[in-house]
Amino acid sequence: MAPALVIAAHGSHLNAESSTPTYTHADTIRATGAFAEVRESFWKEEPSFREALRTVDADEVYLVPLFISEGYFTEQVIPREFRLGGWDPDLWSSDGTSATHATLTADDTGQTVHYCGPVGTHDAMSDVIVQRAESVTGDPDIGEGVGLAVVGHGTERNENSAKAIEYHAGRIRDRGRFDEVQALFMDEDPEVDDVTEYFESDDIVVVPLFIADGFHTQEDIPEDMGLTDDYRLGYDVPTAVDGHDIWYAGAVGTEPLMADVVLERAADAGADVEAAIEQVRERTSGANPAAGD
Amino acid sequence: MHGDHVDALVATAPDGIAFDDLRVDREGDRYAFETPEETHGALNEDDLRAVAADSPFVRNWYFWHAVAPQKADRWAFLRWLEDAEETALERRLENLADGVVSEWGQLRVTATVDDGGERRYHVRHVDDARADPAALTAHEDPRAARDLAKHDERGRYRPLKSAPTLRTGWRFADRSAADLVETVETFYPASVANWHREREGELDVTHWHETVERQTGIYGVVQTWDRGEGYEHVNWVAEACCADSQCLKRREWHYDDETELDVDGGDGVVPCREPCSVVIAAARQWTKLESEESRTYEFELTPSEKEQVEGIVDAVADGSVGDIREADVYEDANRYRARFLRAKRFDGEGNLSGAPTDRDGGE
Ligand code: SF4
Repeated sequence: MAPALVIAAHGSHLNAESSTPTYTHADTIRATGAFAEVRESFWKEEPSFREALRTVDADEVYLVPLFISEGYFTEQVIPREFRLGGWDPDLWSSDGTSATHATLTADDTGQTVHYCGPVGTHDAMSDVIVQRAESVTGDPDIGEGVGLAVVGHGTERNENSAKAIEYHAGRIRDRGRFDEVQALFMDEDPEVDDVTEYFESDDIVVVPLFIADGFHTQEDIPEDMGLTDDYRLGYDVPTAVDGHDIWYAGAVGTEPLMADVVLERAADAGADVEAAIEQVRERTSGANPAAGD
Repeated sequence: MHGDHVDALVATAPDGIAFDDLRVDREGDRYAFETPEETHGALNEDDLRAVAADSPFVRNWYFWHAVAPQKADRWAFLRWLEDAEETALERRLENLADGVVSEWGQLRVTATVDDGGERRYHVRHVDDARADPAALTAHEDPRAARDLAKHDERGRYRPLKSAPTLRTGWRFADRSAADLVETVETFYPASVANWHREREGELDVTHWHETVERQTGIYGVVQTWDRGEGYEHVNWVAEACCADSQCLKRREWHYDDETELDVDGGDGVVPCREPCSVVIAAARQWTKLESEESRTYEFELTPSEKEQVEGIVDAVADGSVGDIREADVYEDANRYRARFLRAKRFDGEGNLSGAPTDRDGGE
């Protein structure tokens, strides 16, 4: 029987839209027919991590966390809740941004689970950030004369969360496409509040490395950067701040190309999804965001 | 499609078939075919084809083995919907012709059968049982259930899918078996799997204490709530969150293996096998609040005011505040009544009867 894909995402008890990107990306992958089944599962919604595996028929499952960084959720919560027997973070032999995959057996269902690193630290995520910059500016060649800020939490909650931001900022900087690339943080220096101080370029594209839009991406960051005094009133894209034009993209996780990263994770773990990857790349490049900002 | 059931039967016949009142046995290079309606022996393959072609028993066998989802729990659920293990096929087909109704949470599922023996299913809200189909919005894609399940009738987000707050006004008509299962599982995730495990005597219940012990991160604190005497606090949690008025799953978890809770787990068809994330998140807050000791306060209230305070708590706890009419000043939780009480009994700081909150235990 063909294997199944299970996506593990955070979800929310309070925000109805938190799960929207997860469903959207799952639908994109479902449409490729690459897996017998595609199942969404959530820490805060249903099906829960505890009960997702029993809802799929396949004996073999690719489990991909729709999380930004490696750490608490990917190394402790998900393996524990999915009852992945014999899990040890060393199986990924990661330095914080280089997780691979591990093949384990679920204690409660006996299914073979290829447990993959999170989407956020996969190299393909850099492409999604760039594509996000393209979609928010409507310019497929965006880069020249433009600064790019990749924004995340700081280390306060998870040391690796800053690493993931810096990793992608570094990779995109090395490509030389944008005049400037800078990692910024919400709770430590360099802070997103001072975004304009870190760029010479007139135009700054700001892409938060978050899976879903919510409190941080819709309220905190826009207010911190001075796009608006009150997030409920909204803001323009771009908004002029201190003589710069700020193109604020909202959560990168709503970018349709994210579905590609999920597939890449599964492919790295051995899933036969090359055709699906082609199809998804074709379908999602230059598409509109998965969820409204 | 036409004739598929015959081809499948002929392909399977050499191994013998015994299913739902259909028997096909191999006898040398011939076959015996038996149903409550007819018995034939010494059939060659062409004879077998001829006999099978119009047999509702063969079409039924084909549906259950080639059309219905084969995952054991999905299959068992579909069988349960038409009471297949208890009712002979001929009777079942008559029942299905009229439509066999089952309830699953707030879903009303009607199983029917088409001329080819294929089951077709209809789903609507239990409260829409008698609604004119034209008055209900028709959906086909099981994924439409996602949006229907997301908000209640008043547009409030439903974090708990098993809360009895599913909105009405929609229907899924004439769905296949696979679509039906997916629709049901979208409204009530994992319900079919856990229901089936329970029927098989294999429901893996994780009780409260074990669930709490597993928590880490910001939920790790809940472990400290279990360090006191007894399990009364868990009774309160279950009464607050798991009663049928709040959640349609039947709570099967208790304090631990040996300690049953004293409150009723409910009557739902779907079992709940461990405290859910909504309960754990609430328990985290209760753990913090319950670390406080009681104080003695002196409040001055008239008898009716005391009862009004109780009435307000009841109205909030029962979710009935929104139903109280604007000018229904006979209700304790009426807005004017509550505002009057506040105007009279709260001081400038919002203290009831002017009694300050004693945060430090009177020192
Ligand atoms: S823990 Fe209680 S509220 Fe949560 S799903 Fe189970 S029965 Fe319902």
